[in-house]
Amino acid sequence: MLDTIIFLALIVIKVLAIIVGLIVVVLYLTYFERKVIGYMHVRIGPNRVGPRGLFQPFADTIKLLTKEIIVPTASNRFLFIVAPTISFCTALIGWAVIPFGDGIVLANINAGVLYTFAISSLGVYGILIAGWASNSKYAMFGSLRAAAQSISYEISMGFALIGVMMAAGSLNFQTIVHAQQGGFWHWYWLPLLPLFIVYWVSGLAETNRLPFDVAEGESEIVAGFHVEYSGVTFALFFFAEYVNMTMISTLISLLFLGGWLSPFQGIPYLGDWFSFVPGPFWLLLKISFFLYCYLWFRATFPRYRYDQIMRLGWKVFIPLTLVWIILIAFAVQFRLSPWFA
Amino acid sequence: MLQRLKQYVKSFSLWDLLTGMRVTGKYFWKKKVTIQFPDEKTPTSPRFRGVHALRRYPNGEERCIACKLCEAVCPALAITIDSEPRADGSRRTTLYEIDMFKCIYCGFCEEACPVDSIVLTDMADYHMEARGENIMTKEKLLAIGDKYEAQIAKDREEDASYR
Repeated sequence: MLDTIIFLALIVIKVLAIIVGLIVVVLYLTYFERKVIGYMHVRIGPNRVGPRGLFQPFADTIKLLTKEIIVPTASNRFLFIVAPTISFCTALIGWAVIPFGDGIVLANINAGVLYTFAISSLGVYGILIAGWASNSKYAMFGSLRAAAQSISYEISMGFALIGVMMAAGSLNFQTIVHAQQGGFWHWYWLPLLPLFIVYWVSGLAETNRLPFDVAEGESEIVAGFHVEYSGVTFALFFFAEYVNMTMISTLISLLFLGGWLSPFQGIPYLGDWFSFVPGPFWLLLKISFFLYCYLWFRATFPRYRYDQIMRLGWKVFIPLTLVWIILIAFAVQFRLSPWFA
Repeated sequence: MLQRLKQYVKSFSLWDLLTGMRVTGKYFWKKKVTIQFPDEKTPTSPRFRGVHALRRYPNGEERCIACKLCEAVCPALAITIDSEPRADGSRRTTLYEIDMFKCIYCGFCEEACPVDSIVLTDMADYHMEARGENIMTKEKLLAIGDKYEAQIAKDREEDASYR
């Protein structure tokens, strides 16, 4: 009995640790987004709240949480509230199988990749329901765009994942990372370079971030699926979007950039000098790099036209990934060194 | 054929995107041009036409002699003046009001003034909090003049040779 209680308490503590960590990451991701984009515009970004504006995220949170939740009279009240909850929950539960270091994981299941992929696909239901429940034409258009886009890019994303699965011969995140052991040239970004790029771009499209954020489309459909949302309900969508960004960055770090493995591994001298650095630090560094790229892209690229997004997804990425999967199959079959030896 | 191959290589290596990212990447490290307004201000010309002020002579006597030239020249009819002889026999204003909502900041009043009394300072950031505060009374205008006299005198001196 006591054992069960301790076991459950431990799980709850782990869950809380992950959620609190994510909240902090998301809070400061919004801060850095404004800072980084500001810097790229030759501005300085928020700097009024606290030293160098560091308390800005807290001010924003208090503002969002104290705002009124407006439920449109023409909306479906139940679904209107349920939709952001679905987005929020699906964004969070994917983290259960993510390893943050060697053995540091909440649930080490063998179908981890499949699980996260399935969960991230569920997120689109929140958007779809939000658009329908709002009973507003802009929200409807936004959610239709988001749904079509997510579904199209999930295919190329799935093929990119298949490449990784074939290379590692496993669906378990830990095994996949261990298979990349040996040095940064052993990581899968090199043998799977096209899949790496496809996965990254599909990730951008999947999270509806620029340059693929037609689902928001300020100029033509105001704010897309969340036009009618305010206060906490909007905050949940916002939070889900940023958690998903972090999720994609984490996944790409684990699958293609060796997760918690040191980039200096296998290099004479350097490898020994940096051997004291704990694994999660490297993972954090890699995640930060990809999150920075998210912001960098946002500051750089104009929004894609909708038909161009669809063309890229269906007519470029899917053939490209298919061809590369066949090549990888041969490489694995003939044990191409140094990656598949 | 070669052209097409070139285009394929270019688009698959994401060349144009990387070029764009290089530009923004470079600007990330550039010196920021932001001027943090209440703390810092952009430099203004000595001819800048901001909020009005009434000046005094160094001995403290107000310059305005109630000639009403500014009132006459004001294209927006923003200035209202009443005058009376003072106890010492000199003519002075009893009422000198400028409606800041009517004023178009043309600076004609300053040019018309024979004694350099009414001037436009380089203060562009001022506000009103209640109805009626848009009427700048004589006291308020003199107070602004007293407060910024150093800056006003400096601007006039800098611009003197061009007048």
